[in-house]
Amino acid sequence: MAQLDISSIKKDFPLLSQGGPGKKGVPRLVYLDSAATSQLPLTVINAMEHYYSTTHANVHRGVYTIAEEATRLFEDARLKVGEFINAPNPEREIVFTKNVTESINLVAQSWGRGNLKPADVVLLSEMEHHANIVPWQIMASQIGFEIRYLKITDDGYLILDDLKRQLDGVKLVGITLMSNVLGTINDISEIVAMAHDAGALVLADGAQFVPHLPTDVAQIGCDFLAFTGHKMLGPTGIGILWAPTDILDKMPPFLGGGEMIADVTLEGFRPTEIPWKFEAGTPPIAEAVGLLEAVKYLKNIGMSKIREHEIEMIEYTFDHLKKRFGDDLSIHGPKDAKHRGGVFSFAYKDVHPHDLAQILDSEGICIRAGHHCAKPLMRRLGVTSTARASVYIYNDFNDIVALGDGLGKVKDIFG
Amino acid sequence: MTPDLEDLYREIILDHYRNPRNTGELKSPPAIRTVGFNPLCGDEITLYLDIEGDILKDVKIDIRGCSISQSSASMMSEAIKGKHIAEIQQFIQSFKSMMSVHKAQLAGDETSTQGKLADNDPGEVDDNLDDDGIVEQTLEDSKLGELTALRGVVQFPVRIKCATLAWNTLIQGLEEVG
Ligand SMILES: Cc1ncc(COP(=O)(O)O)c(C=O)c1O
Repeated sequence: MAQLDISSIKKDFPLLSQGGPGKKGVPRLVYLDSAATSQLPLTVINAMEHYYSTTHANVHRGVYTIAEEATRLFEDARLKVGEFINAPNPEREIVFTKNVTESINLVAQSWGRGNLKPADVVLLSEMEHHANIVPWQIMASQIGFEIRYLKITDDGYLILDDLKRQLDGVKLVGITLMSNVLGTINDISEIVAMAHDAGALVLADGAQFVPHLPTDVAQIGCDFLAFTGHKMLGPTGIGILWAPTDILDKMPPFLGGGEMIADVTLEGFRPTEIPWKFEAGTPPIAEAVGLLEAVKYLKNIGMSKIREHEIEMIEYTFDHLKKRFGDDLSIHGPKDAKHRGGVFSFAYKDVHPHDLAQILDSEGICIRAGHHCAKPLMRRLGVTSTARASVYIYNDFNDIVALGDGLGKVKDIFG
Repeated sequence: MTPDLEDLYREIILDHYRNPRNTGELKSPPAIRTVGFNPLCGDEITLYLDIEGDILKDVKIDIRGCSISQSSASMMSEAIKGKHIAEIQQFIQSFKSMMSVHKAQLAGDETSTQGKLADNDPGEVDDNLDDDGIVEQTLEDSKLGELTALRGVVQFPVRIKCATLAWNTLIQGLEEVG
């Protein structure tokens, strides 16, 4: 590997040095499911533990020292996460949620309710995760607007030939920056330019993109960016919504309760300022502390280097599996590493993904089998489910060789 | 102890997977057509039941699924075809209890549990342990025949839903007859 010392990175992740299942005992776990959730480096785990053992208090409330320290840490996480995606105004533009699903629901419920009318259109794509479909369907059933979908080619690219016409009447475009099934990286610059010309805003689902590529919201040009801590070496339970201050300022609150108010009387309430206006109730404090540490870890390695490593992994994976299995194995989505991330949904002979994953598990190899919360995309691909292996900074060529070996065992059982 | 793959992929299971019995469709109506889903993996089954009086004259299955769901459906079709509905209900009961023994087995205990099919929650277990389980189990084994090959599935809790997909759909279909 050119740049990163993966064997030393692996050592930062306690879970990865653990043995796998099986009667004989597999010497180490081969974790190939980072698209579902990533593992945590010890620094993240320690930071959260340290927070709970020394600093835990509610934020924005107490005047005592540890409460102030907890608040400082929480707000520092906001700042650093904002800087990580090059937000122009990080202290005010980063909203903490529970996950990317909640971030998108926030936009659909708050911005959507205020801005979408029955005659409007929301434009999504066939490759969206359910998290970027269902929140819009819920709102559509209440407001009555239309949802339109951009189609994809057989090799997993968005079809944009007819975009101008498809943008007619559109108020919001919601597109994933990287597909969690196909791995496709969607360069949405053209969509953003045309959407803005047509008077529509653009929401980017960065769940898969932000953890793996350098992210600059100004460069992407989107109006909302949603992503999630647990796919970028952070803990579960914390998600992020970025939007510029002028958009956030005009949006009504999402959930109501403590933290999000300036004043409450028996007759009504006044919401507080952004971003707290969107953070009702006690927020995920320890999770923010963990996320802060995860962002530091990623920055320290460097997102460009991470991307370079993943390009090498993508090329190696295609070559290696092709060499070993030829046409018995096919990978969905783009073949060109420049246009994809390290998410490999594959079919092996006609073995069902569930059976593949089960046999690989007995070799200590963790892959995902299922519809990956993208049932419309499954239908488009003509399958009910796929097997999916996905890589991150702690995966190396040996993990792909192990995957190949495991598939050899599948051949033994299923012929 | 970690369960063994050989307990899951028995030869007879693979045989039914490779050569599924009673596949296809029946004209509906008169046949009852029921569709079942496994929400976990997206597997789908369409079951056709041709019932005359109290006898299941014919059954056909159209399934897209894994080895476990397909072989379970295939074996089920052989077990129930041409049988009285009452007898089929007994099969369902026996299969149900076989699929709910996993708590006992995981505890290294041979007692069986009785109860409903673990359908929606992969971790679902039945606390209603029966002390007479051993006797009961052998009785059921003789009824179930080669379906007992699926017993190993209970060691793989997430796969129970695969094994029960066809059966849950059968229950649904029979309910439609009333
Ligand atoms: C593209 C994409 N969007 C949304 C999500 C939902 O993420 P979360 O479950 O953290 O809300 C995922 C992850 O499963 C994803 O891959």
